[in-house]
Amino acid sequence: MLEQIVFASEVFANGLMAGVLYALVALGFVLIYKASGIFNFAQGVMALFAAMTLVGIQNGQIPFAHLINAIFGTHIHHFGWNVPSFAALILTVGVMILLAWAVQKFVFRHLVGQEPIILFMATIGLAYFLEGFADLMWNSEIKTLTFCLPGELCLPQGMNLAIDEAAYNAWGVGFFIDNLDISAAIVAIVLVVALVAFSQYTKQGRAMRAVADDHQAALSVGISLNFIWVLVWSLAGFVALVAGIMWGAKSGVQFSLSLIALKALPVLMLGGFTSIPGAIVGGLIIGVGEKMFEYCFGIGQCFGGIINLGGATENWFAYVLALVFLVFRPQGLFGEKIIERV
Amino acid sequence: MSTQDSYVTDDGRTIGPTVMEMKNITLRFGGVKAITDISFDIREGEIRAIIGPNGAGKSSMLNVISGFYVPQEGEVWYKGAKRPPMRPYQVAQQGIARTFQNIALFEGMTVLDNVMTGRIRQMTTGLLGQAIWKGKAEREETENREAVERIIDFLEIQAIRKTPVGRLPYGLKKRVELARALAAEPSILLLDEPMAGMNVEEKEDMSRFILDMNDEFGTTIALIEHDMGVVMDLSDRVVVMDYGKKIGDGTPTEVRNNQAVIDAYLGVAHD
Repeated sequence: MLEQIVFASEVFANGLMAGVLYALVALGFVLIYKASGIFNFAQGVMALFAAMTLVGIQNGQIPFAHLINAIFGTHIHHFGWNVPSFAALILTVGVMILLAWAVQKFVFRHLVGQEPIILFMATIGLAYFLEGFADLMWNSEIKTLTFCLPGELCLPQGMNLAIDEAAYNAWGVGFFIDNLDISAAIVAIVLVVALVAFSQYTKQGRAMRAVADDHQAALSVGISLNFIWVLVWSLAGFVALVAGIMWGAKSGVQFSLSLIALKALPVLMLGGFTSIPGAIVGGLIIGVGEKMFEYCFGIGQCFGGIINLGGATENWFAYVLALVFLVFRPQGLFGEKIIERV
Repeated sequence: MSTQDSYVTDDGRTIGPTVMEMKNITLRFGGVKAITDISFDIREGEIRAIIGPNGAGKSSMLNVISGFYVPQEGEVWYKGAKRPPMRPYQVAQQGIARTFQNIALFEGMTVLDNVMTGRIRQMTTGLLGQAIWKGKAEREETENREAVERIIDFLEIQAIRKTPVGRLPYGLKKRVELARALAAEPSILLLDEPMAGMNVEEKEDMSRFILDMNDEFGTTIALIEHDMGVVMDLSDRVVVMDYGKKIGDGTPTEVRNNQAVIDAYLGVAHD
């Protein structure tokens, strides 16, 4: 019995950690949606692109090596040096800011005032472009990501022995939790606190909220819409980078990473498209929900195994939950209620 | 009297030299001429009204001044220099604040936050300084906060400082919008129908605020208003527009006795 309870709480904790990662992706969506009303389908690909850029720079890969080799008949692929993680991180942030600027300059600046569906289509185009661009720039091999800050402070791998041992001493049953998941949770908390502080207490944060609220009024007090949009896309790029690092460290940097964006959709429907806390809570509910549902009904571990669906419920649980929310509470848990005044 | 001379009004306020001059402004939307060849000036410290029947082009004129519309012909001179084509936010940064006829506030933010956005021009710390949030940025926030509190006191909206603007009634929203514009310490304050849709009492309050603002802070005000009585009481000089053309310009008394104005606008009242 005890063993079962511990196992269930293990599943629960794992769900929380997975939820944190979903929330990280959802957070990027919310930032852009709030400030510009654009539903950015490319957020997941941005995470992929950011992670690939980081790894590419770390490993001293030559960008566009395949293209250069094909055109000039050369055989180059690496510079032959390794860049420390921290320097690579700074450079990648620079690349993401550049990307934000380019997206604004070449795409959305020309679409100001268009229907939301057109903006959405543009982000789908952006997603495909970015995926191809990432492939061309850094090639499509699966890469492992190790990330170390100065002072040998690395993203940990493997299970947390201290917690396992403490649990064993207390209950006589080990407790498995991944070190990486714990770090992801801590990083996510820091990131959310920083984002909220930035948007509540700084001039640019206030300007960001102002633009989200009313374009005309924002212009009339001297806020440049373009600057704010570049800022928001940069922030979303940074969040994508963090999400990319965490997912990449967990399961390798590969193209399936862009699919995690799909899991962010149910998270957003639950939490509401305009709420930062909503993205977090939504992510946690989906993460825990799908793990616990799998545990209870997928493999029939609860209520004496009355319901046993035979597993693989994780693939669809989130979407069904989102569907239920769409029917009964379309604005999500924390979203703004849409009221049309007559 | 040259336009560069200062003079003192009957009620003891000093009107300074010209701060803004519109020269032969023409604005077209496709084939429709909204404004045809209009020139007038705004002097420092005065209350300047633009009046005219519906569709006369008053709001278009205000949008030209605040940079929301760019006229096809004509020049805008501001503080002695010709203004190059500008985006609205750049005009705002130059010290021209405005309110809107149908109110443009940040509905999700509190009154205090709304008014604070008006101070963006005064807050010069860069992105990094703000993000790191130390020394200068903090001091700046405090100073601007004090200035904003003074304005909130002045417009008597202390009681609703922390209320989200979306929940406020219409009259108070108008006042918050005025507070935000005033917080920018503008060289020129543009008011687009500040009393539209208000009852008599609210109109009296608003008139008092406009006069006090002008008197205490020396704010230059250009306003559009429908209510003739209010305009005549408030303003130092009045521009009258009809069908996009200027048909009169002068003190309220002069305008009232101008035959073209009487015909176009006050025709009904004339016996």
